Amino acid sequence: MDEGLLRSLSPSVLAILVRRGADFAAAEDAVQDALIEAVRVWPTDPPRDPKGWLVTVAWRRFLDATRSEVSRRRREDLLDEEPAPGPTPGTDDTLALYFLCAHPSLTPSSAVALTLRAVGGLTTRQIAAAYLVPEATMAQRISRAKRTVADVRFDQPGDVATVLRVLYLVFNEGYSGDVDLAVEAIRLTRQVAAAIDTRHIFYGEVAGLLALMLLHHARRDARTAPDGALVPLPEQDRGRWDTTSIAEGVEILQAALARDRLGEFQAQAAIAALHADALTAAETDWVQILEWYDELARLTDSPVVRLNRAVAVGEADGPRAGLAALAALDHSLPRHTAVAAYLHERDGDLAKAARLYIEAARQAPNLAERDHLTRQAARLNARR
Amino acid sequence: MAKYLLLKHYRGAPAPVNNIPMDKWAPEEISAHITFMQDFADRLQETGEFVDAQALAPEGTWVRFDGEGRPPVTDGPFAETKDLIAGWMMIDVDSYERALELAAELSSAPGANGEPIHEWLELRPFMGAPPTITD
Repeated sequence: MDEGLLRSLSPSVLAILVRRGADFAAAEDAVQDALIEAVRVWPTDPPRDPKGWLVTVAWRRFLDATRSEVSRRRREDLLDEEPAPGPTPGTDDTLALYFLCAHPSLTPSSAVALTLRAVGGLTTRQIAAAYLVPEATMAQRISRAKRTVADVRFDQPGDVATVLRVLYLVFNEGYSGDVDLAVEAIRLTRQVAAAIDTRHIFYGEVAGLLALMLLHHARRDARTAPDGALVPLPEQDRGRWDTTSIAEGVEILQAALARDRLGEFQAQAAIAALHADALTAAETDWVQILEWYDELARLTDSPVVRLNRAVAVGEADGPRAGLAALAALDHSLPRHTAVAAYLHERDGDLAKAARLYIEAARQAPNLAERDHLTRQAARLNARR
Repeated sequence: MAKYLLLKHYRGAPAPVNNIPMDKWAPEEISAHITFMQDFADRLQETGEFVDAQALAPEGTWVRFDGEGRPPVTDGPFAETKDLIAGWMMIDVDSYERALELAAELSSAPGANGEPIHEWLELRPFMGAPPTITD
């Protein structure tokens, strides 16, 4: 059974229950139950109308659950409201659900968890495993999130920017447990891109984020060596990049840029596309990449962008220029020391570079980066 | 079954036999070390003895309560702190002997020149729940 297909039906089924008058929290639980039931039943008894099946089962679950909580009269009201069996309505409330799950009143971790469950159709256990927390903790985080948005009106227009930030967070989490969060983020971003009006002011950024994800995902296999070590961009085997994913990302990006509503995700995707375009690291068009970093720095005030821009300056105008750009930045920025080490190495000062790599390794925020930076120091120490 | 913590220290453990810092190793020796550590954890998962493994950043902050309505007091890191935990592996094994055996195996991870580091690891038993049957 295609679990991705099953889960792709989750938001529209949930939206139908909410439209019928179920409150969001109870409806979400009912849909989750129906999904679990589908995984059990469908392999031996596949339904003719999967979405209709899910709506029927979820609605029944919802009624069972509310029976004990609300008065009989309320339940009968709901039963009266139940539409006759038949084709499910075509109106798509998918986007409204995304807005709700990424509501500004939620913390980022709550918005991520609620999005993965309510629109992603993942189970609490899967989400907990992906974020390496106990299932009870994740269950609590999700139910608190649902209480937080309990009074939010479903039909209010929401903020696309917050939805994109949530999807970006999911994508960046990468892979742990049995759920590939990067693939899941791409699937959800596709769903938003399909649901949003192409004339929407934020359409370009939705497409830009989708392109950004596809372009980075294309490099994923090449990013790690067999022993788990990080392989930096210049050393990656470009033959292992996923050309289908790159081609799709570039096409989506070009269409987005043509709409002339530039935003940070489109600019980031443009940089990724220029890297993807180079057959070898030496052929990288750093001058154009630097122009995009300048554009990006105008769009956001992110220290990460300024740090990456210093690297681009180093490549486009030489390591001395890169070091000058770096000197203007706050030295306490994460990865500042790692960039300094790299630029000093390019400048030929291997002793200083080795010392800085060791210092950068000590400050590294994760083991993969720490091992990578230690290896860089070891490589230089072995050469001297 | 009993749970044990295998603790690795940045500071505070006696010096290992093969005491050459990692940045003085050959890059392929670093790869061999990392592969060894991964294989070790994978084997423990296969035998059903693995619980958790985590690494900690070398520098943290000391924090304490400073009274109602006041922000927390922070201090450190202190250079004089003698003991600094680098990370741990949590195992669930049948006996103390098995825990010793696994700790020794982990300590045999290769370092400079591909030789075992003989790093000192600290083995700490968990305080378990009181038994149901007491007599």
